[in-house]
Amino acid sequence: MKESISKSILRVDSRKKIKGEAKYISDWKFKNLLFAKTVRSIKAKAKILSIELPKIPAGFYVIDKNDVPGVNRMHTVVSDHPIFAEDDVQYIGQPILIVVGPDREIIYSIASQIKIQYQEERTLFSLEEAEERSTVFTDYHYKKGKPEKAFQHAKLLIEDEFSTGYQEHVYLEPQGIAAEFKKGTLFVYGSMQCPFYVKNALLDTMNLPDNKIRVVQTVTGGAFGGKEEFPSLTACHVAIAAHKTHHPVMMIYDRSEDILCSTKRHPSKVRYKAAIDENDQVIALDIDVILNAGAYNGLSPVVLQRGIFSATNVYNIPHLNVRGRNFMTNSVPSGAYRGFGAPQTIFSIEMLFYNIAVKLGIDPLEYKMRHLLKKNDPTCTGGQIHEEVKLPEIIKKVIGKSDYYNKLKTNKKYHGIGISLFLHGCGFTGKGESVISGKIILNKNKDIVTLKVSSVEMGQGAETSLRKIVAYTLEIPIENVVCEKVDTGLIPDSGPTVASRTTMIVGGLLRQTALEMKERWNKAEILDVSKSYKHPDYLHWDDNKFHGDAYPVYSWGANVAEVEIDPITYELTIKKIDAVYDVGVPIDERTLKGQIEGGIAQGIGWATIEVMELENGKLKQSNLTDYKVPTSMDVPEINCCFISNPYEFGPFGAKCAGELPFVGAPPAVAEAVANALKKPINHLPITPERLMEIDNEN
Amino acid sequence: MKIEFYLNNEKKKIDIEASIRLLDVLREDFGLTSVKEGCGEGECGACVVLVNGKAMNSCMIPAGSIIGKSIVTLEGYKNTDRYKAIETGFMEAGSVQCGFCTPGFVMATESLLNQNPNPTDEEIKEGLSGNLCRCTGYNMIIQGVRLAIRKGAGLW
Ligand code: FES
Ligand code: FES
Repeated sequence: MKESISKSILRVDSRKKIKGEAKYISDWKFKNLLFAKTVRSIKAKAKILSIELPKIPAGFYVIDKNDVPGVNRMHTVVSDHPIFAEDDVQYIGQPILIVVGPDREIIYSIASQIKIQYQEERTLFSLEEAEERSTVFTDYHYKKGKPEKAFQHAKLLIEDEFSTGYQEHVYLEPQGIAAEFKKGTLFVYGSMQCPFYVKNALLDTMNLPDNKIRVVQTVTGGAFGGKEEFPSLTACHVAIAAHKTHHPVMMIYDRSEDILCSTKRHPSKVRYKAAIDENDQVIALDIDVILNAGAYNGLSPVVLQRGIFSATNVYNIPHLNVRGRNFMTNSVPSGAYRGFGAPQTIFSIEMLFYNIAVKLGIDPLEYKMRHLLKKNDPTCTGGQIHEEVKLPEIIKKVIGKSDYYNKLKTNKKYHGIGISLFLHGCGFTGKGESVISGKIILNKNKDIVTLKVSSVEMGQGAETSLRKIVAYTLEIPIENVVCEKVDTGLIPDSGPTVASRTTMIVGGLLRQTALEMKERWNKAEILDVSKSYKHPDYLHWDDNKFHGDAYPVYSWGANVAEVEIDPITYELTIKKIDAVYDVGVPIDERTLKGQIEGGIAQGIGWATIEVMELENGKLKQSNLTDYKVPTSMDVPEINCCFISNPYEFGPFGAKCAGELPFVGAPPAVAEAVANALKKPINHLPITPERLMEIDNEN
Repeated sequence: MKIEFYLNNEKKKIDIEASIRLLDVLREDFGLTSVKEGCGEGECGACVVLVNGKAMNSCMIPAGSIIGKSIVTLEGYKNTDRYKAIETGFMEAGSVQCGFCTPGFVMATESLLNQNPNPTDEEIKEGLSGNLCRCTGYNMIIQGVRLAIRKGAGLW
């Protein structure tokens, strides 16, 4: 039993999944079930003048804004998205009403006969136009040191601009949800990351008391942020339908509907002005981050926060002036996606440092290393780096593994190598963790211990890791540790399954609780021990000034990517990724490796082949034929390893890991491409067309 | 239309519209929910079943075209020794995360090894390139197949 916690064990959920016996929501059976189909806006911005319904056969229903028992807004950070459209629509795909009934063919036929008259209004699609017309949702600022003065005294000023595109999550299981009333209590079942977000949305919209709503997470076929806030909307749809029809109601999206209307990664533009002193050092940055939030703001403010708090990445820049804005456009709302705003800014600053180094004739890695953060340095928001920063060790390891300098010297044109350095702030931003104050319960019944947490298994391995933490602490077999069903009626709110917080925050609470249980183990046959999260005392944060410790601790890493470009077709092949990470202490190496490889693959997709574009407010990509994600042929050999750097407040020293690998891969690939063409790469995705253009411009 | 076919080695007769997708017939008429719908357009492989021993996307097959054919889903396949080897390989290599793609990968692996019991890594990648997985990045699935080949030596 005294084995290292990092030593891999078999995942507790894999056999059922391999056998095909895991029940996702679309596999559930209900008696007298009705199906639901959403009728959506086909206009990007319009007044709804009239809705004309065909004759509705008995047993079928049309449900719209007039059927909402409570508030017709989806509860989230900014509760501005209507559950059903009222007098106007703001994007193509916005839900107007749903058709419900026992037969899908008839539902589709009814839906196709509904006539909606619109009066079109002036639209707004691009970030450029949004900036011009200043349709700002959120405008954030923060400052560090004396940037004005630093800019005045600079020897050299360099300006640069970067941009990134949409990304679709493509969780393999599309959105799916169902609702039913049992003895006056509403039950909602579905594929989701955050059962209590869904519950809070239902509280507002259904106007039911707290004890009359239960949200049950079903086996979830991938999420990556795409099932963070979005299921709150569909949950309200089916709940309202179940309320009106007195039947269970299920809604499963097909892939094209899912792509049309679910949230995406925010397209971004990041502008930097760098002040450089006589020693070639970057002494000040002026940073302007803008995100396309889409038609409703929703969760975008917090995405923007992580984006701007990550905009200096692993570098210590004494003077900063940072602005971040979310813009409204008439397009599908953007939302949570693995990395949460950080991939956009970290790609940008990595390329900025590369571009500056090339301009100054300094080796890019050496140049980056001159600016590295160290323990006790101030963070960009004036907090402190409290932990040992092991980047020098990480870098040494990754350049050794990849033979970086040798290849850098001998590479011919169209062959490139690039290195990215990166961090990820663990857990919620700012005061987030103290506000939520996640609660957990451990229950002992003879020799069986039950974990009651709201963190969900969505593929990332949470169930295995959390059970392992408890089993290792209590020194009992993992089979004797079980998870309570994720049902808001049976578990406390330990917070949502987001922000790479599950292992470190919830796992940390479980570890402390299990230690306490261990002391009292022989005192009682049946025992409940519970705990709520308390932010460590050493952390300070001012939410109005954005000053202090934006995160309790960071995970760190470096990636080296090798690429080859076909000189005729400009097809890009990523040949290898070497990766080294400091995630504190791995809780389970194989599970973690799964997160790393999957995160890198998604990052590569975003950086290279995943193209999603708007044309007059309509997404040009509507299915997986147009929107390509990496296949087994696209993912290179990935070599990853970890260095140990235990975090005092993490379970067994663990920090965060789920988003970190996504953040690191895109800049490594982009730098390798820049190195191969000897041209800057300031935009993602890097498509062959763009490469051809870049290579041929002077 | 009356259709006769073999499902997991049993003779079945149904009366159904010829244009209905095999995917729906399997899931709805026979309750075989290991067959998943990830895209409905032949791109993801979550709905793969064996048709006369070969992996095919059941979302692209109209029921009318399966007359007389043998269809095998994971529900039938999971009782075989070959399946056991794949299960062990996938478990030990960490080939499974969310699991939604997994049944499709199991069936595609069977089809691949049936045709080529000793594939190279390149051949495995190619053989599985019709199946999407968004969680793993594939390398750990390929290692799972490798392990399955070792555990199931002589079975294919
Ligand atoms: S559902 Fe058949 S290939 Fe995707
Ligand atoms: S394990 Fe989730 S899609 Fe493959």
